[in-house]
Amino acid sequence: MPKSLTPRLAALRDEIHGYAKEFGLDFFDTIFEMVSYDEMNMVAAYGGFPTRYPHWRWGMEYEQLAKGYEYGLSKIYELVINNDPCYAYLMESNPEVDQKLVMAHVYGHCDFFKNNFSFRHTNRRMIDEMANHATRVRRWVDKIGVEKVEDFIDRTLSLENLIDQHAPHIRRNPDPKKAEDELKANERVGGFKVGREYMRGYINPSEFLDSQRKKVEDEKQRAKKFPERPQRDVLLFLLEEAPLEPWEADILAILRDEAYYFAPQGQTKIMNEGWASYWHSTIMTRRALKDDEVIDYADHHSGTMGTRPGAINPYKLGIELWRDIEERWNKGRFGKEWDECDDLRARRAWDKKLGAGREKIFEVRKHYNDITFIDTFLTPEFAMEQKLFVYGFNDKRNSWEILDREFKKVKNKLLQGLTNFGQPIIEVVDGNFENRSELLLAHRHDGQDLKGDYARETLRNLQSLWRRPVNILTRYDNKGTLLRFDGQSHSERKVEL
Amino acid sequence: MTLKIHQDHSRFKQIVRGKIKANLRKYVQKGEMIGKKGKDAISIPIPFIDIPRFKYGHKEQGGVGQGDGEVGQQLGPGAVEPGEGKQAGQGEGDHALEVDVTLDELAQILGEELQLPNIERRQNERIVTQKVRYTGINTTGPESLRHFKRTFKQALRRQIASGTYDPARPVIVPTREDRRYRSYKLQDLPETNAVIIYMMDVSGSMGDEQKEIVRIESFWLDTWLRHQYKGLEARYIIHDAVAREVDRDTFFHTRESGGTMISSAYKLCRDIILADYPKSAWNIYPFHFSDGDNWSADDTRQCIEMLRDDVLPNVNQFAYGQVESPYGSGQFIKDLREAVGDSPNVALSEIADKDAIYASIKDFLGKGR
Repeated sequence: MPKSLTPRLAALRDEIHGYAKEFGLDFFDTIFEMVSYDEMNMVAAYGGFPTRYPHWRWGMEYEQLAKGYEYGLSKIYELVINNDPCYAYLMESNPEVDQKLVMAHVYGHCDFFKNNFSFRHTNRRMIDEMANHATRVRRWVDKIGVEKVEDFIDRTLSLENLIDQHAPHIRRNPDPKKAEDELKANERVGGFKVGREYMRGYINPSEFLDSQRKKVEDEKQRAKKFPERPQRDVLLFLLEEAPLEPWEADILAILRDEAYYFAPQGQTKIMNEGWASYWHSTIMTRRALKDDEVIDYADHHSGTMGTRPGAINPYKLGIELWRDIEERWNKGRFGKEWDECDDLRARRAWDKKLGAGREKIFEVRKHYNDITFIDTFLTPEFAMEQKLFVYGFNDKRNSWEILDREFKKVKNKLLQGLTNFGQPIIEVVDGNFENRSELLLAHRHDGQDLKGDYARETLRNLQSLWRRPVNILTRYDNKGTLLRFDGQSHSERKVEL
Repeated sequence: MTLKIHQDHSRFKQIVRGKIKANLRKYVQKGEMIGKKGKDAISIPIPFIDIPRFKYGHKEQGGVGQGDGEVGQQLGPGAVEPGEGKQAGQGEGDHALEVDVTLDELAQILGEELQLPNIERRQNERIVTQKVRYTGINTTGPESLRHFKRTFKQALRRQIASGTYDPARPVIVPTREDRRYRSYKLQDLPETNAVIIYMMDVSGSMGDEQKEIVRIESFWLDTWLRHQYKGLEARYIIHDAVAREVDRDTFFHTRESGGTMISSAYKLCRDIILADYPKSAWNIYPFHFSDGDNWSADDTRQCIEMLRDDVLPNVNQFAYGQVESPYGSGQFIKDLREAVGDSPNVALSEIADKDAIYASIKDFLGKGR
């Protein structure tokens, strides 16, 4: 079981904690615990929460981590949980210099969790909440049977990514009655208030009144639709509208909760890992490192930053971008004057001695997520320096190859991979499709086709929750296609879009 | 202490083995097992259950990478992770280190995964050799075994600690105490002789896909038998209506056409055994792959006679793998099963597609002969 720190490590923690505070990091209390490699693999398999509900997929994660460790392929150094207080795990067998590095890294993460806007709506008592979820699931298992509960979880996992990442930040109308009143008020189309009667024809011309009436009419029409507007949060729609048993609804709600809890970590992977790496590097090299630790530290740090051709290493991309921003704001390399300067020599020598870098990165870590981060701060110079490229699959040669190094394409591809975690955007369009209580989803096609076999299997799982036939509208080879599963068989037909 | 995860873990393993939850069985995936062919580096097979989701085809998606290279340059095998990779962001940081796995380790993994029994050697293990294994590091030793990297690392450590290291002029001079040497142990290794004789039908009906299956399967058979016998020899025979012995490369890349006379291969196999591999000194493993569409019933009869009289008495195990092809009738395996299926040293296996390879390896090697 997890142990608390040895006195020696506790002293080191206090030291690193002091440096982190000195640099202005701002974090929840952070509790470090020591675990063996096997416990580390277990906790990581549970996504950081040892108290999670029973399910085979944690076993699957564990198998990968345990084997990776046993065969010397991978090793988890650090694991930290977004919670108040933050929990972080240290591996017993790590040498001291690694523990220091990890602690510094962890404080970076904790600062990010506390301050970045994406995490503002996450549950900071998630450790307790996860334990509650597990208790609820276990209770249902006792009552309903493990097979049934597990099958339901399996099917729901198929839909787990169908949430609206931005939902926590949108304030919906909290009072349905008030919304109704508003709707009624709008129905009386009186036009603007008129002080002098003879002005009425000018202030409220009849065309204007007609258009206002039409708007109200449209609004009413929309209200008859179900859902009113296309809804990204498919899980919520199912929760509210699908004919679920109470236990099914409860489990669905649990899985949805957990998906929302983890979503911000996916939305800020590059920033968050980059930020933590920036801080472990700063704290270690400026303060904490002893002479005899330099080589092991450098070895470890460079291992973390390693890249390979077919993937982006978020640690590497992140830390380099943070450093780039810091340097640009230190030297005043931003703004109109900088953008318009096309004298290469002047640009290279550009240094306004602003010294605003540190301040800027602290501000950026608050208000950005990966998408806006890349969109705002990725520069052509940076992309070239980091040797970024777009790769794709060449069918003729049956291999992956480098397609392009042009900045715009690199940036677009990067952003595309980050938008909705690089997954297709799916919405509920109609819960009473063709007036037969069928479910209609729509895929917002952005040039990439859905993987057909996966889509059909997913529909099958969706149908088992909705009970009635389910459909998804998408495009294949640029033609509108409706995939359908009616509980017995799949069908597919072309439709006009 | 037992960890809570073990319950979930064993449940997962049961699903993978097909013991429970048959409905998930179709989602079980095994990564491509051959990563790189050259230089012994290979990716480890780890089964996972791929829950279906709405997602893009990976090949259509592409992505952004980092590093040197001209536009149009190919990324090496294994550079791009198959599938969508791990789910983003669980607050963990696992750092993949690129470590090569040797074929020997790979064979062990294969053995564990498929629960293969160790092979019972037929011959007495008469010859014993001693083998040197480098297992550790020592502060003394012969200069020829000096470990340069460790020595210099040690020297660097010492120089930094004593303050004599100058980053501007990074000269590192190891002293006597810094030197590190590889240390070794002597191990007794029984030496046994073994030979694999591969036979493949390359007649017109064996397409590229069928050959690919044979290639992957022979790779694993080879790996396992090499793990069991040091110094394994291999011979390769291809045949259509006539058989000839070829080298390894030709074996996997030839495409012939024409009819199929399996007896020609068995005859050559028999001749090779009689000429080069006396039963008393060798463990012999003939493997034959075909789509099972032999020329005539008469030829099949000849094959069976040859097997029964000349081949089976001399070999540890005779294995026949029938690869399904759109053209073959697949009659041959039925004939074999009828005639020699009861013999203890015959293994027959039908390989429907790539996914069936693992089951087939188990058919061949599961007897431990």
